[in-house]
Amino acid sequence: MMQSRSVQIWVGLFVIAGMAALLMLSIKVSNIRAFSNEQGYELNANFENIGGLKVRSPVTMAGVVVGRVSKIGFDSEIYEAVVTLNIDPRYDNLPEDTSASIFTSGLLGEQYIGLEAGGAENYLHDGDRIQLTQSAIVLEKLIGQFLVSQADK
Amino acid sequence: MMGFLQRLGATTLGITERIGRGHLFLLYVLGGFPSLLPRFGLVIKQIYASGVLSLLIIAVSGLFVGMVLALQGYNTLVDFGATESLGVVVALSLVRELGPVMGALLFAGRAGSALTAEIGLMKATEQLSAMEMMAVNPLHRVVAPRLLGGIIAMPLLAAIFSAVGIIGGYLVAVGLLGVDEGAFWSQMQAKVDLFDDVASGVIKSVVFGFVVTWIALFEGYDAVPTSEGVSRATTRTVVHASLAVLGLNFILTALMFGDD
Repeated sequence: MMQSRSVQIWVGLFVIAGMAALLMLSIKVSNIRAFSNEQGYELNANFENIGGLKVRSPVTMAGVVVGRVSKIGFDSEIYEAVVTLNIDPRYDNLPEDTSASIFTSGLLGEQYIGLEAGGAENYLHDGDRIQLTQSAIVLEKLIGQFLVSQADK
Repeated sequence: MMGFLQRLGATTLGITERIGRGHLFLLYVLGGFPSLLPRFGLVIKQIYASGVLSLLIIAVSGLFVGMVLALQGYNTLVDFGATESLGVVVALSLVRELGPVMGALLFAGRAGSALTAEIGLMKATEQLSAMEMMAVNPLHRVVAPRLLGGIIAMPLLAAIFSAVGIIGGYLVAVGLLGVDEGAFWSQMQAKVDLFDDVASGVIKSVVFGFVVTWIALFEGYDAVPTSEGVSRATTRTVVHASLAVLGLNFILTALMFGDD
C-alpha cells in the first residue's frame, strides 16, 4: 500500500510539473490573443500597393497596437488591394478622416499599418472605409526613382 | 527469377500482415479503455513508469538543447544586429518542433524500449497465457493501461522539455551573451501564439505519445517468445518508433504550419 501511495504522489508531482510547464508556455512565452480576437469592429482601406503586409499584421496608432489585419483581398475593378482591419472595440472613437499608412518596422522588419487620427467630429463605424491611405514603400521602386533622378542630371 | 518474385511477394505479404495485426491489436486495446475508468490506479502506475521515470533525461536534454539553440542562434543573429530575436528563435523551435520531437525520441528510447521488453518477457514467460487461463484479458488488463499512460505522459513530458529548454536558452542568452532581458521575453511573447504554436505542439506530442506507445506495445506483444526475439523486438521498437515520429512530424508540420 505504501508503495502505491508514493507512486501516486510522484505521478501527482509529475502532472503538476507538466501543467506548470504548459502554463508557463501559454502565459510567459505566448501572447494570449484568443480572448480579444474577432470581437472588434472592422474597417476597410484600399491601398495601391501593400508590399509585404500579411493577415494578422498589427495595426498601430501612436505606436500602440489597436488591432490586426483580418483579411487582404484584391479589387479587380480598380486594381487595388482591399485590406480589412479588425480594431479593438475599446478604440471606437476614431475620427472619420483617420488616415492609414503601411510602414516597415526597422529596415528589414515586418510591415504594419499605422493609423493617424484626423480632426473630424464623426467617428468611423463597423464596415466603414478609410479614405486617406498611403501605400507601402517598395525599396526597389525607391532605388529606381533615385537612379532615374540621377540620370537626369 | 521465380525465386526472387516469391521472396518479394512473401516479404510484402509479411509486412502487410504485420500492419494488419498491429491495427487489430490497437482495436482490441482501445476496446479495453472503458473498463479502465473504475481502475484508474493501473493507469497511474504506468504514468509513473513511463512519465515520472523519464523526467530526468527529458529535463536535462531540454536544458542543454535550449542552451545550444541560444548559443548557435546568437552567432547567426549577431551579424544582423538582431540578437533581441533570440527569444523568438529559441521558443518557436522548441515549442513547435524540438519539444515534441526530441521528447518523443527520448521517450521511445527510455520508456518505449522498457515497455517492449516488459511485454515481450511477459509473453516469453507465459504470464499472458496464464492470465487468459484465468479468464483475464491481458490486452485489457496489461496493455490498455500502458497505452493510456503513454498518451497522458507524453504531452506533459514535451511541455516540460520546452519549458526547461526556454529557461536554458534564457540563462545562456541573458546570463552569458548579454542579450537584453526585456527584449528577450517581449519579442518572444509578441511572436509565439497560444493556439498556432503552443497548442500545435501539444497536439503533436499527444499523437507522438500514442504512436510510440502503440508501436512499443505491439512489438512486445508480437515478439518471438525467446530472449533473442525480445531483444530484437526492443531494437525494432526504438528504430520504428523514431522513424514514425520523424515522418509523422513532417506531415503534422505541413498540415499545421504549411499554409502560413
